[in-house]
Formats: sequence, C-alpha cells, structure tokens
Amino acid sequence: MDSSSSLSDTGLLTISAKIVIAGGFGVGKTTLVNSVSEVAPLNTDAWMTEASEGVDDLPPGGGKSTTTVAMDFGRITLHQDLLLYLFGTPGQSRFWFLWDDLSRGALGAVVLVDTNRIDQSFAAVNYFEHDSVLPFIVAVNRFEGQYAHDLDEVRDALALADDVPLIDCDARDRGSSIGVLQAIVTHSLALSRVSAPG
Amino acid sequence: MGASPRNGARPQTYKMKSKRVRPYALTGGRTRTRHHLLVETLISVPEFDPVLAEALMPESRALYTRACQRMSIAELSATLTLPLGVVRVLISDLAGQNAVFIHPTAYAYQNNPQVLERILDGLKQLPV
Repeated sequence: MDSSSSLSDTGLLTISAKIVIAGGFGVGKTTLVNSVSEVAPLNTDAWMTEASEGVDDLPPGGGKSTTTVAMDFGRITLHQDLLLYLFGTPGQSRFWFLWDDLSRGALGAVVLVDTNRIDQSFAAVNYFEHDSVLPFIVAVNRFEGQYAHDLDEVRDALALADDVPLIDCDARDRGSSIGVLQAIVTHSLALSRVSAPG
Repeated sequence: MGASPRNGARPQTYKMKSKRVRPYALTGGRTRTRHHLLVETLISVPEFDPVLAEALMPESRALYTRACQRMSIAELSATLTLPLGVVRVLISDLAGQNAVFIHPTAYAYQNNPQVLERILDGLKQLPV
C-alpha cells in the first residue's frame, strides 16, 4: 500500500459489495478466495465469539472438527471507490447461524462443488435454494484436470433447478476464479433486470 | 462534542478495565444498533479528534483509531479481535456522535443495476 493515499481515501465515498463463497469442507473455497484476493487471509476467530455462548461443547466424532475454524475472507479493489469483498461460509453446521449474517446484503453466492465429494455441498445448495433470497450459481472445481463427471451429471446429482447457472472452474487459477465471480454478477444482473418493474 | 460532562464522574466510568469482561458488557448488554451495518460496510473517520479519542473507552478508541484507515466491519472485528456484534454497537455509537462515517454498501443500491454493471466491469478489467 502506498501511504500517499492515506488522506484521500478517508474522504472518498466508497461502495462495498459482497459475494458469498459456500460449499462444504475441502471443496476449494480457500483456494478460490486466495487466488483473487489482494489481501492476506484474516484471522477470523473473533467473528465467531457469539458462537461460543452455550454451544461450545466438543462436536461429536469427526476428526476435522477440532481444528480452528477460519473463515475465508478476501478483498478486491475494482475501482477507486468500489470494493468487492468475498466471504467464505464456514462448513461446520454449528456455525450456520453465521451464514445469515454473512449473506445479508450480498449480491449473490457461489456454491463450490468438488465432484469427488459432492455430498459436501448439498447443505449449501439447500440453503441457497430454500433459506435465502440471494441469487446463486454452482461452480464445479476441476483441479487435477479431472473431468470424471460432466455438468449434466452434476446437475442431476445436486438436483439443481434448470435456472441455476452451473459452470466449471479451476479455483487455483486466478483467471478462472475471476470468471466465477463474473458469472455470479452476470446472473444477479440478469435477475435484477427481470424483476425490475417496467 | 455535544454532551458536556457536567458531573466529573462520567469520564471515570469509561475507564473500566475491560480485559476480561464478557463481550457485550462493553455495550451495556445492547446487541442491536441504530445503523444498518453489514460485515462489508466500510467505516472511516472524516476528521480525527484526539480529544474525543482520549475520552473513549479503550475498545471504542481502538475502533476509532483503526477506522482512520477506511476499514470494513469484518476487518475491524478481526484485527481488533472484537466480536462482530460488539463492533457494530460501538461503531453505531461513534456514528451517532458523528465521529465516524458509514459508507454505503451495494445492497443500498440493489434497485440500481448500474452498481452491478460497474462491479462486472471492474472484474473484467482485473489483471489475470
């Protein structure tokens, strides 16, 4: 960061927007966010302090649940007065209360899917189909160049409605991740034009 | 600022040691705010007032100081290790005193496709 802008940027009206990145554990959310973010990941433990009240019993079973739950966070400066934030939703069900908070006001959501562990993303698809008003798309993360399932199969496996866009991506690739973000904004834009009166 | 401390005890009450208090003790138990603050809402300080900063309790002072460099609610929470809800209440209080400025989010423009178009345009211009 150049310090020369420190005065000017406080005086500037800046609009911030947000896209939610959802999907289960290990589907590539962290990889996608970090491939496009201009800032280092944050230690987001403080966001979850509310979670500890009353529900902080050790989760039953599951080896992974004892690790620190860091949530993915990214920021992209699109214009001098327009910032885009990316928030990854925590996979663990005991943090689902945070989904509502993180999703509120978002322009849309991306559900990331790994075809080797497609069940990991069922909950996220359910959430955005039934419990949220946000526009959303599904992006299939094809790392290792694997094409085990074509998109129609994935759509069937997720029981995804025809009007939900489904695309391929490689979360490690910055250009591909930017393409995913473009896809959700394009979808939101299309929906807003449909619903706009007149 | 507006409220002139007529009784000398007032500044004292703000000097409580807050190292180990329950998070919402800082807000007097309040969890709701007057201002609509999303996690991505940007906060800045139009004009830093060192006298005001000195009068604030430590957590509010830290937020006030940190927001001199325009920052989102989520980043303020993470960098100061304060719960999101506490940050919202304290920032709302600061905004009520006109000490901080709350920037608009894209959500406030949800009926205006131009903001989405600018976002898309910005994404298309990103260096790959």
